[in-house]
Amino acid sequence: MASPSVPVLETRDLTIRFGGHVAVDAVSYSFRPGNLVAIVGPNGAGKTTYFNLISGQLRASGGAVLHKGEDITTLSVPDRTRRGIGRAFQLTNLFPRLSVLENVRLAVQALRPGAMGLFALADADAGTLEIAMGHIARCGLADRLDERAANLSHGDQRKLEVALLLALESEIVMFDEPTAGMSADEAPVILDLIKSIKADTGKTIILVEHKMDVIRSLADEIMVLHNGQLVASGEPGAVMGSQVVREAYLGTGLH
Amino acid sequence: MIKSLLSGDAPGKPLLALIVCAVVICLALAPFLFPGTRSVDTAARICIIIVLVASYDLLLGYTGIVSFAHTMFFGIGAYGVAIASSSMGPGWDALALGGAGGVLVAAALAFVIALASLRVRAIFFAMITLAVASAFGVLVSQLYTITGGEDGLTYRLPQMLTPAFEFADFRLFGVRLDGRLLSYYLIFFSAVALFLVLLRLVNSPFGRVLQAIRENDFRAEALGYKTVHYRIVASVVSAVVAALAGVLLAIWLRYTGPDTTLSLDLMIDILVMVVIGGMGTMWGSVLGATIFVMAKNYLREVMGAASALTSDLPLVTDILHPDRWLFWLGLLFILSVYFFPTGIVGKFRRSTQ
Repeated sequence: MASPSVPVLETRDLTIRFGGHVAVDAVSYSFRPGNLVAIVGPNGAGKTTYFNLISGQLRASGGAVLHKGEDITTLSVPDRTRRGIGRAFQLTNLFPRLSVLENVRLAVQALRPGAMGLFALADADAGTLEIAMGHIARCGLADRLDERAANLSHGDQRKLEVALLLALESEIVMFDEPTAGMSADEAPVILDLIKSIKADTGKTIILVEHKMDVIRSLADEIMVLHNGQLVASGEPGAVMGSQVVREAYLGTGLH
Repeated sequence: MIKSLLSGDAPGKPLLALIVCAVVICLALAPFLFPGTRSVDTAARICIIIVLVASYDLLLGYTGIVSFAHTMFFGIGAYGVAIASSSMGPGWDALALGGAGGVLVAAALAFVIALASLRVRAIFFAMITLAVASAFGVLVSQLYTITGGEDGLTYRLPQMLTPAFEFADFRLFGVRLDGRLLSYYLIFFSAVALFLVLLRLVNSPFGRVLQAIRENDFRAEALGYKTVHYRIVASVVSAVVAALAGVLLAIWLRYTGPDTTLSLDLMIDILVMVVIGGMGTMWGSVLGATIFVMAKNYLREVMGAASALTSDLPLVTDILHPDRWLFWLGLLFILSVYFFPTGIVGKFRRSTQ
């Protein structure tokens, strides 16, 4: 285990350009193990792009991503996942024609030995199935096991999305607007899940979120992005009170 | 035992299971149920084509890879046997060496194509396989000293597999116990074994990842699967099984030529059979291949009879003329895609979901 002083994840001057547009502009930040960091900012601030640079869906134009001090800027998505950086997606991103159980079973199987097994029977592996069932139950989908992912309600799809992330058992857990589009009675299920993950020792959580009450109750630290730049960061109370944040974000972005 | 052989993936619905059983029983007893050169020949072709279609479905239906090089691998297996048998003379050693050589070449070529091109977008991969397969076809026709060119190769096999060899003096249910019967059962049991291997493969952890890649390769990567590796292995396995099907065809026909193995027409036929049977189900290949090969071999006769029956009706008899068989085959295909967009097996299975 890395000592608490070594950042579990760090970005150094992380930058990406799309043509002339700089979507993420020299963002440097250190994520300390065990913390929950919320990334906030108005639409188009580069939050999801920053996410994609960390999890590897996008390659940086400049700067670096470090995992426990090692440069992972050029590593592929699966390699980063295997190192323990797992993420959920903002737009639901599932295996639509496979069952709920199979969706999660695949996520469990991914990091267990035997994933390349050609002649074993997938459904005969009771260990993998049992773990998958556990994650499904934790996300409140135990009664939808055999339903195709495509047939689930939006709220249940979001829960399945979280179940896939749980199944990866990553050390760094990234949520991109986990409650987006969920009804007021469904969102707490997800938030409780995030709280329970936070209670698991050692997990570092990075969260993109719009809802201020969620951020206040969950976040240890806040990063404020605006036009791709990190304009403020620190404890939620201090950051949200600062003038620069009011101008950049609270004044223009929300309500 | 049976459940394990079928990898827990039985045809499912009772009617479907019944049809599949009927097909398997007919194929298993074809030489006795339908004696006669032509019907046994059709049965042997159905066995071989089932394997070929199933191996293509591993790519198209399970992994979502569109390839036009599948008949090339089929041809490589067949030419392996043909070239070895015609240059070394008839013998088991030629058969084994040629078959193994063909399979190895197919595996190596599939690996190289996959490595070089599976990272690009699906449409480019399809184009590349089409280009390679066309080039291979030209190569086979140009290297006529080795391949026999457009005429192909006719060769002899070990005596045990020829009609001249009789392993018993009497007849069983009126059927001569000769090498031809042995060849048929060699092909039948090889096809069954290859099919069961494929069925096991698609229900393995590996096979499930292939389906995940088909459904959402972006998410499969995010779960930590190196999708390119899985695609490459799927391509190689599919090519190896296709080459083995080619070996079986070479054994059955004792002739290998471009038209029987490499043609683009055959490639299209395979696509049609996968779609008719149902993409992403191994059992679909059994039904797709059986229906298609039967239609191709017997539609003309049926139409001839129908045309004769309706000879009094001027227009109808013309439409049913045997020369129009391709039109009717096309119509059958369009109707089956219209009414069974997920294939016959997909239609059966969907009704439960």
